[in-house]
Amino acid sequence: MDYLGDIQAFLPGVITALAGLIVIVIESLKKDSSATFWVTVLSLVAALFFSIQSLGTGLDTAFSGMLVHGGAVAFGNVIIVVATLFCVFISEDYLKGINHYYGETYALILFATTGMMCLAGSNDLITLFIGLETMSICLYVMAGLIKDEKSGAEAALKYFLLGAFSTGFLLYGMALIYGATGTTNISAIGAAASTDLLFLAGAALLLVGFLFKVSAVPFHMWTPDVYQGTPTTLTAYFATASKAATFVALIMVLSRALPVMEGLNWQMVFSVIAILTMVFGNIIALVQDNLKRMLAYSSIAHAGYALVGLAAGTPEGYSAVLFYMFAYTIMNIGAFGVIAYYERNKGMDFSEVQNLAGLGFKKPVMGIALSIFLFSLAGIPPLVGFAGKYYVFAAAINAEMVTLAVIGVLASAASVYYYLRVMVYLYFREEHKPVELFNPTLLYKGTIIILAILTLYYGIEPILPASGLMELLNSYGNLGAVTNVLIP
Amino acid sequence: MEALLNITIYLPLLGIPLILMLKNENSRKWIALIVTSLTFILSLPLLFNFNVAGSGTAQYLSEGSRIMESLDIKYLVGLDGLSLLLFMLTTFMGPIVILSSWDSVKKHLAGYLSMLLLLQTASLGVFASLDLMVFYVFFELSLIPMYFLIGIWGGADRIRATIKFFIYTLVGSLIMLVGLIYVGYDAGAVMNGVNFTTDWRFLSSNLYQIGLEQQTYLFLAFALAFCIKVPLFPFHTWLPYAHTEAPTAGSVVLAAIMLKMGTYGLIRVCLPIFPNAFMEFAPWMATLAVIGIIYGALVAMVQKDVKKLVAYSSVSHLGFVVLGIFAFNAVAVQGAILQMINHGLSTGALFLIVGMIYDRRHTRMIKDFGGIAKKVPIFTVMFMIATFASIGLPGLNGFIGEFLILNGSFFSELYSNKAFAILATTGVILAAVYMLWMFQRVMFGPITNEENNSLADLNAREIGLLVPMVIFMFWIGVHPVDFTKYSEAQVQELLSSSEEKSMAVIKNTSRDELPDWTAKLYDIDEAESQLASTN
Repeated sequence: MDYLGDIQAFLPGVITALAGLIVIVIESLKKDSSATFWVTVLSLVAALFFSIQSLGTGLDTAFSGMLVHGGAVAFGNVIIVVATLFCVFISEDYLKGINHYYGETYALILFATTGMMCLAGSNDLITLFIGLETMSICLYVMAGLIKDEKSGAEAALKYFLLGAFSTGFLLYGMALIYGATGTTNISAIGAAASTDLLFLAGAALLLVGFLFKVSAVPFHMWTPDVYQGTPTTLTAYFATASKAATFVALIMVLSRALPVMEGLNWQMVFSVIAILTMVFGNIIALVQDNLKRMLAYSSIAHAGYALVGLAAGTPEGYSAVLFYMFAYTIMNIGAFGVIAYYERNKGMDFSEVQNLAGLGFKKPVMGIALSIFLFSLAGIPPLVGFAGKYYVFAAAINAEMVTLAVIGVLASAASVYYYLRVMVYLYFREEHKPVELFNPTLLYKGTIIILAILTLYYGIEPILPASGLMELLNSYGNLGAVTNVLIP
Repeated sequence: MEALLNITIYLPLLGIPLILMLKNENSRKWIALIVTSLTFILSLPLLFNFNVAGSGTAQYLSEGSRIMESLDIKYLVGLDGLSLLLFMLTTFMGPIVILSSWDSVKKHLAGYLSMLLLLQTASLGVFASLDLMVFYVFFELSLIPMYFLIGIWGGADRIRATIKFFIYTLVGSLIMLVGLIYVGYDAGAVMNGVNFTTDWRFLSSNLYQIGLEQQTYLFLAFALAFCIKVPLFPFHTWLPYAHTEAPTAGSVVLAAIMLKMGTYGLIRVCLPIFPNAFMEFAPWMATLAVIGIIYGALVAMVQKDVKKLVAYSSVSHLGFVVLGIFAFNAVAVQGAILQMINHGLSTGALFLIVGMIYDRRHTRMIKDFGGIAKKVPIFTVMFMIATFASIGLPGLNGFIGEFLILNGSFFSELYSNKAFAILATTGVILAAVYMLWMFQRVMFGPITNEENNSLADLNAREIGLLVPMVIFMFWIGVHPVDFTKYSEAQVQELLSSSEEKSMAVIKNTSRDELPDWTAKLYDIDEAESQLASTN
């Protein structure tokens, strides 16, 4: 067996896993040393480098067919690592600021990242489960980082209990699928798929497990409480990296293990769930006063937009979902990052939207950046959020699902109200009482500025001469899908 | 020249970092003024070098590469007969708008100027883009600066006004986006080598024909977005609200430029791409337009606030433009294009004048004034000219536009009924009533309010920014052909090719494939028998 080749195929994951071990060792020798931060950053930069390098390669298997790498998976890894890197940049300062800075956090982040990459690149139900659990267990711990407050404990417990429940579904589904097809290999499952009840029940339970992780309605109940109780910069990590990883895995499973068959229409299922998720997420977000809860419901809605791409079920739809996850990652980390900054200021509870009144002019960079992120989340051109929505809705319309697209854009029109509301307070209202905002560190401010620039850049990138991101993603569209397997 | 067009569009954007970097409030204002003036000066060669005879094809084209091999969305800007005048109006208004708020805006000046400059680039982009996706991007982009202009620098009830404005417009344009994507795929299937295209030149040509059923839906989707923007009755409710709360410069840009995006879209997109639906719905749209003309005028008559009165007069005036567009003949469409410019000049001037008096007295209520004509003679003259231009007094610009529109509508083949033109004419009479009545109450009679005794007349800056507008009001009124010539060739061409296209669509349609309602709506049986008899 070609061990070196296998390791090279999963190199980004190997690097982050090793770095996680090193962080634990450093932490045990010297408490809260700054070395942990730098080890984390360096390993993530190395992982990013190797992920980007394999962007152009085609899909291939490794570890005796347990993992796939290259192509869409490499792009998934890029999103995961980019999200992790930006979250680490803003977490360093934020966690110190709220007095919950532990070196172990970095180890957890690195292990979770490894798990995500394993999840995204899984080619077998076993590796899929290992990846998902490695990710989830680290996230459960991080959710309870603010352990001396009720909300932190609530977040961790809720996340853990409901997460364990959904894992049960997932595992049960895997067992039934194995029973129906006699294999755990994802491509082999696709080849052996049938419309008998055992397989269908297995597939449905498997999808429930996935939909729980991407917080699609009606499996979304945990999201607002967990997002609220988790330290804000880690919430950004939850909302972006883990969602991106799950969506990549979902694309791989859906396109390869669950072929379109007579009497079995996954597209319909995903359309209904997408509609529920978009409409419900946006409507509940309208009445939220707490910014983190608002962003939690907005992230539910965004999962709905991405599900529209899955519902299209075409290669075009899959590449649209990949782009959407990328777009969502940069704008959402940015939004959480600025909100984390406001929240840390003394004097008032700045996670309530009313208390942001008049703050936009005080630190103009932060205010402008938040406006850019919110306009992008609302899908206003020429920002990246618009490009993302454009691609998923275009995929749906091209798949002759015009109604789905219309419901999607109307839901997105409703969402504009709550994004605008933040800016109404930020800019249009007078301050309640004079407050002094502290100066963010250079790293923090720089991260936010870079994210804002990326949000702008990738919005206009398609029409720039040097564009190529979507072209690249489109080359991933065909995921070796087993289609049109008709079982008599 | 291609480069010049791009420079003109993006120059205002480049002013923004300069303004943000400078610390001195005065130099910020000067930079904004210089940048917008330079934009205007640079746009002049575009006008002078414009090939009038060939206005049907876009000039100064600059074309980017497709975003993907199979996805024909590309950066494509150029000017043709439809867009040239509106493009010039936008660059012309730039420095005027900056000057108008020279002394009145104190709060967050850098942000204010940046938003005006961003709005300038977005508006120029809307009029210059010939790829509908790029058009859409600029169309939406223009919302962001206006949202902040009303929200931060507006009046007391600004927050509700700006949110209403934003969401109202956005809902319309999102529906349009779905329609646009549908059209893109539909046209891509016809075009060689791609599966998606939003190139206007292809969509508007006879190479691309849409089935009648799809046309109906798509026309409605696009028309909704544009009618909200115009705004056509009954989608007008956001407008008076936004206008009253907006700062002077915001109102001027909104009235002079942003509303035109709607009427421009109707001509640019709906007419050539969905000709059958356009013609079929023409009487309905004309009905709404006429209701808008009369309703806007009647509501304007009872306003107590001068600014609100001007806002409702906009609803009425834009009704004329829509009436002209849907009349579907060269005279009326030419009139509509000219009337867009006229409305920009005269209503823009009226909003400026209202802003000037508001700066002095901090009220816009008619009852707070009266008899001020003696105190402020120059102001009176300017106000009077703008008022007459708005009413449509012969010799001034408004008359030409309204005359062409009414004339064209009267003979329109699509409006089976002459009542449209006749009823619309009452709008002109009503305009005289509400404008002159307001003018009389504000300017003449005895001075009833003590504070008006010390009213100062216009200063050099205010005269300077009104005079160019007044010159154009006279120029268009006396010699309109200097302006109509730019769009003449294109309008002829557009109408005849659209009519041909609509016939071709009917010809290529088989009665059996259509659902009943479509066949009934478009009178397929009759049209086919007519076609058969002519052959």
